[in-house]
Amino acid sequence: MMQELSLNILDVAQNSVKAGASLITIAVEEDEQEDLLIIAIGDNGCGMTPQQVDRVTDPFYTTRTTRKVGLGVPFLKMACEMTGGSFDIRSQPGVGTTVTARLGLHNIDRTPLGDVASTVTSLIQCNPDIDFVYSHKTAAGEFAADTREFRQVLEGIPLSAPEVIGFIKEYILEHLNEIQGGTI
Amino acid sequence: MKSLAELQALRDKMKGNMGIRDEDDASIRVVVGMATCGIAAGARPVLQAFTDEVAKRGLQNVAVGQTGCIGICQYEPVVEVFMPGQEKVTYVKMTAEKAVQVVNDHLVNGNVVTEYTIGANAK
Repeated sequence: MMQELSLNILDVAQNSVKAGASLITIAVEEDEQEDLLIIAIGDNGCGMTPQQVDRVTDPFYTTRTTRKVGLGVPFLKMACEMTGGSFDIRSQPGVGTTVTARLGLHNIDRTPLGDVASTVTSLIQCNPDIDFVYSHKTAAGEFAADTREFRQVLEGIPLSAPEVIGFIKEYILEHLNEIQGGTI
Repeated sequence: MKSLAELQALRDKMKGNMGIRDEDDASIRVVVGMATCGIAAGARPVLQAFTDEVAKRGLQNVAVGQTGCIGICQYEPVVEVFMPGQEKVTYVKMTAEKAVQVVNDHLVNGNVVTEYTIGANAK
């Protein structure tokens, strides 16, 4: 079990990294009207066959050889279902995969979202050649942090440079602060 | 609020400095296990502590990265340190505080923090 949903995001996005994606999107939406917290992680990686998609929520299915269990996806599915939410994976070989988690926003059993800024900066730092787009939407507005935009401005300076990572973290935190009423 | 214009200014400042890090030049590699087991055990703050401390000390020859699960999930967060000409050192059950000590003692001064290694912790 993860302590924060942001850690589930980090974990599921690692699957996209492993799938050879060049673009990974992380979209978070706080939908007060529907009382939902929706998290979608999409990639343009190698994708999965329908048979693999069926098995990926099985904790005893994994493609790795270092251990016998694959708990990342089942953890997120459980976190959703605990709150009366739902979990969905769409994937097509050669096109990519999108994982969508819907959680009861105000459900008492919902795991806190946690520090998404750290998740995004960890991903960028460890995978400076992959592009990431993190978008966040609330009733008060929305914003996106897009490494393709940052890359264009940086003119060859790596995204993983400590100064740049520091900037991106502040960028996310300040923009989040504008649209969030409080920690969720 | 932070804007792309501010990033532009940062870029110009960094371009002015000659010491731009080139990951390829890094002779010391630190890798943090960032699979499900690592993340659940607290790898993210460990990775951040390594990054922050390496940046703070301006260690140009250190690259911090990630790896997957190496099969010793019960010892996560696991960190491996590769130094040229030396055997790999595997640190286990790491925390942000231990990470700072490893940067200072091992990466800077060359003294392996034996008490945090897998050899000292394996039962």
